[in-house]
Order: sequence, then structure tokens, then C-alpha cells
Amino acid sequence: MAAHSEWQNAYDNSPQRAASFETMSGIPLQPVYGPDDAERPGQWPYTRGPYASMYRSRLWTMRQFAGFGTAEDTNLRFKELLRSGSDGLSTAFDMPTLLGRDSDDPLANGEVGRAGVAIDTLADMEVLFSDIDLGSVSTSMTINSPAAPIMAMYVSVADETGVDRARLSGTIQNDILKEYQAQKEFVFPPRPSVRLVTDVMRFAAAELPRWHPVSISGYHIREAGSTAAQELAFTLANGFAYVEAALAAGLSIDEFAPRLSFFFNAHMDFFEEIAKFRAARRIWARWLRDRYGATDGRSLQLRFHTQTAGVSLTAQQPEVNLVRVAIEALAGVLGGTQSLHTDSFDEALALPTEHAARLALRTQQVIAEETGVVHVADPLGGSWFVESLTDELEGQAEGIFAHLLEAGSGSMLDGTMACIENGWFIGEIADASYQFQSKLAQGEWIQVGVNGYAEGDDNPPPTLKIDPAVETRQLASLSAIKQSRDDDAVRRALRQISLHAAEPTTNLMPALIEAARCSVTVGESMRALESVFGTWYERSVA
Amino acid sequence: MDDERPLRVLVAKVGLDGHDRGLRIVARLLRDAGCEVIYAGLRQSTDSITATSIEEDVDLVGVSMHNGAHLTLAPAVVDSLRAAGLNTPVVVGGIVPPADIPVLLAAGVAAVLGPGVSNEEVVATVRKAAAQSNSEVPVTR
Repeated sequence: MAAHSEWQNAYDNSPQRAASFETMSGIPLQPVYGPDDAERPGQWPYTRGPYASMYRSRLWTMRQFAGFGTAEDTNLRFKELLRSGSDGLSTAFDMPTLLGRDSDDPLANGEVGRAGVAIDTLADMEVLFSDIDLGSVSTSMTINSPAAPIMAMYVSVADETGVDRARLSGTIQNDILKEYQAQKEFVFPPRPSVRLVTDVMRFAAAELPRWHPVSISGYHIREAGSTAAQELAFTLANGFAYVEAALAAGLSIDEFAPRLSFFFNAHMDFFEEIAKFRAARRIWARWLRDRYGATDGRSLQLRFHTQTAGVSLTAQQPEVNLVRVAIEALAGVLGGTQSLHTDSFDEALALPTEHAARLALRTQQVIAEETGVVHVADPLGGSWFVESLTDELEGQAEGIFAHLLEAGSGSMLDGTMACIENGWFIGEIADASYQFQSKLAQGEWIQVGVNGYAEGDDNPPPTLKIDPAVETRQLASLSAIKQSRDDDAVRRALRQISLHAAEPTTNLMPALIEAARCSVTVGESMRALESVFGTWYERSVA
Repeated sequence: MDDERPLRVLVAKVGLDGHDRGLRIVARLLRDAGCEVIYAGLRQSTDSITATSIEEDVDLVGVSMHNGAHLTLAPAVVDSLRAAGLNTPVVVGGIVPPADIPVLLAAGVAAVLGPGVSNEEVVATVRKAAAQSNSEVPVTR
């Protein structure tokens, strides 16, 4: 078969890890199984994986999300993670930063450095990455509304430390659409927010060839209570919406599509999750080729990060969460994820302790080193059950796409906007989440330790304490920076941001980078944008 | 107070985080249990919660937090209500480490509902907190 020999060529030309690809007892293993005419990984429509050799060339990136306290505190945790074998960094910002509020904003009271790291000015970003070579590490930054000002700060740190922008590798989440649908960390209305997303995409296409300027995220949609099919469909629909926005902004499809990446949830229903990942790859490939005219193979290959489901973790008998996380992580690996975050067992109680975070990383290492599941790509491909579930999820997703296209009169961007504005996404997710809660209440779904097997919940583990002095320290350092910076330069930079914001075709990134250099705070940049873009409030539907 | 009047409950996210799955579920199941629920939604401040409590004449306030700021914000909600002369009980939901629960109770929070509590527990806790508060201080408004 031609298809088979094509795959064989691609496989033979892929690098191989130094490992023996055989079972524990010495049975040699093929890189993938199936009849000669079956689809292979790295082949259209990529159901079985984006690459011909999958984990035989390279394991997934073990990327643990971390961030708390001040930039110094998180910098220490980053260095500890790198020492213990983590190969990518992932930054959690505190709530005020995620909402574009400075630490001295009255709305930030009590939240500075609590659920992530506080970043106000370029000085914080410099400390966050001090002694870490931005040219060699891959960094993920989980931030959305203020993604553009934060990206501007990251680029400024690289400029200052002499790292060529072209060497910067990593991901900024920069996925605003799911904020209106699920995570609710929005500031501006949807339309100008999408313009900021495409500004970052255009900047990355021109200057950051190794950067992923948007990570289209289903994770939060699922955490908000959606079903697997809704997570799949809403996420891919958001992806199509960004594609349409970027095309409208003048980019060509193969110029940016290879740098789009995805982020999915790995929940407890093992086979449904694996089928979801497989369906996602196939749908993306079909839509990118057939609807958007992509021809570069890399535009068609959906690559994704996975995080185990925080919402599946229980506060009751929290050690049991180690088992849940291992099963969910295995689903991510069998589904062919490119990177993985495993949750810590104590996260239904607090932010993870260092001990719990290390166990979470060890879980990935056990899967990678001890189970042998990495030797064969898409090991469940061809299973009648998994193939059927993959088709079913694809079919359900297509039904949702049809609804959105109708709402947008043929435009996925307009349909997504319309269904954000009329509350459709929120209603769908709230219904699904209430239905699942009813199943728990009626005992139709058993959660171990919660509505079954509840005895033995004795000793809560020690939890991470955030030093309350963090807020005071951050406020003092911000105040010192505000007093020492050049106020005229700050005013000029902010005026420039407002001017450029009012010109829809001007890319805001240069003005934001200049502002970062002048020690303009994230909050000041955001307020300058807000003065032009306006503010978004959620319709209060329960 | 009219015993036949359904319980009026204000539910709100206080602070900046947007994790509203739990709050929406609680709102619906309290409604199903016969309460009148005022859903204030995201990013409410202590002032807005107190103002709405007065306007809507609520019997109980439920606040949800997943932002690690419960030790600052939950007592602030209680204090703001008391400063306005309201005896309205406050129930906290969300991610609260076990060690922080007694601290919140000492600060005047009526109850803390963590992850995984059953529907029955939510309703019973709300009814009990509202009843205790009514028996402590005669409500004449």
C-alpha cells in the first residue's frame, strides 16, 4: 500500500529515542498496529496522532503549572521543577493579574499572590525568569485578557537579556472566547478582545517563529461542567473563529495555523476522553483543509496540551486523587497528547504543596518509564468500541457546529459571538453541569469518598500556606517602582496605547512593548485599552 | 417574620475569580428546594452584597470563593452586613483548607460548604443557618 510505505518513510526519517521498544518480557513491538490499508499516525486525517513516530521520537513535555506569591517565590519553584526533570515551565498568575488589575488596585485586596504569581511591572517579570535562559526553556503563560501586555513584558525580558526573539519558545494561552463561555476572566467586550488575540498572532507570525500565540482551550469549558462533546465542539469552534479572525486581519492560513495549539481536559471517563482526543484531531484536519484551504500538513495537525481534571478531585480522602490523576493522565497519553500537566492530590483543598506537586510529576514519569504504553502509537486505534465512540463524538460536535454556523449566518466567528452575547454557551454548560450533579445526588454516578465509600476520611494533609506578607511586599515593591520611573515616558506610552487601540488595523504589540520598557503596569495598560474598548458584564442568568 | 414566606437567598461570587460552576448548581438546587434565589453572579464586592441584601430583603447570603482570599474576603462580607445593621447569616462555599474553617466560623461565618457536599447538605445547612439567625434576633423589618 502506498499509504503504508509513505508512513514507513516518514517513520524511518524520524529520530528515535535511545530506548528498546519491546515489552517487559522482551517481545519486540511495532511502532503502530493495523492492517496495511489502515490510517497511520502522521497521516490524514490524523486521527491516530500528528506524527509518524509519536512517543518513539520524543515523549510528551511534562509541564507542571506553578505560580504563587511573589515573582521570587515562583522563580524558586520553577528552578526546583527544572532540577527534578520538568522540561517546560508553566506560569500561573494571580487573580488580579489575570483580570488586568495591579496589586494596589482596591479590587485586588486579599488576592495578591494567592492563586498564582503577582506581576505588575517588567521588574516582576525579570525576577520571575531570573537565572533561567529564555532561549533554551519552553515557557507557557496561562493568561488571557491581559495576554498582549504580558507577552510584551516577556519579549522585553528577552530583549534585555540578549535572547533573540526568534529563539523564544513557548505558549501564551491568549484564548479569550472561552472566557466568556466558561472561565469568566474577561475585561473588554468580545470583539475588541478578539482583535487583541489576532494582534498577538500577527506579531508572533512576524517575529516569534517558535512561539504558540494562542492555546485554544477546552479545559475550562469542561471544568465549568460541560460534557466531553461540548468541550470538543466549543473548543474547536473557538479555533475556527480565531482562524476566521486571523484571515480577516490579513494573515494567510498556512502562515499561522501551524502555530495554533490546543489544550484539553482529561476527565475520568477513560475511553470517552481518548475518543475525544482522536476526534479532535480528525475534525480539525478536515475543517482546516476543506473549509479554510490549508495545504501545509502542519496546519492540519492538531497538537494539544492536556491537564487532568481539577473538578474530578475530591476534598474527601484526598490521597485517592493520586489514583484519579494517574488514570486521567494515562488517557491523555493514550490519546496522544504533546504535553501534560498532572494535578496534585491536594488541589481540592488548596494550592499544591511542593511534596504534592512532585508526586504529580512522578505520576507522569511512571507512565513514561514503567508502563510501556509509549512504545506503540494510538494503541486503541482499531478497537471497535473506541472507533465507534470517536465517530459518535465527532457527530455530536458537527451538530453543535451546525447550530453555531446558523447563528452566524455561515460565519463561525459571528456564530460564536452571537452565542456568547445571547448566553447560549453558558446555558448549555450550566444545564450539563446540573445534570451531572443530579446524577451524583441520585447515586447514578459514584464518586469514591463522596457519595460512596465515604468512611475513613480522617487526616487532612498539610496544605500550602501563602505568607500574608506577600501582599505587603508586592505593594512596597510596586510603590518603589512607581516612584522611580519616568512619569512623562509613562504618560506618552499610555497615550500611544489608546491611540493605537482606536485604530483597528494597527497592531498594539509595539506600543505595549514600549510601555513595558517604561515600567507601565499591566493594570495601566489595560485601563488605557479599556478607555477605548469598553467593559464587558455577564448577563446575570443562573 | 412570616413562617410561610420562602427563604430568600442571595448567592454571589466575591472577589475576582470566575469559577461559577458550584454557585450556579447551588442556585438551582436551592430554587428546586423552594427558596427564592437572587443570583448576583460574578465579582461582587462587600458593598454590593450588602446593598443587594437590603434591597432584596434576603434571609441568607451565600458567597463562593476559589481564589484563596477567603480569610480576607469572607469576614469582610460579614462585617459589611453587620455594619449596615443586618444580622443576615453568611455561608461560604468553594476551596477552603480544613484548617481555615474554624477561623471563618470565629469570624462570624455561619457555615462552610466545601467540594463534594451533597445537595441535601447544602439545603439543610442553608435552612439551619437561616433558622438560627432568626431565632437569635427578632427580625422586624
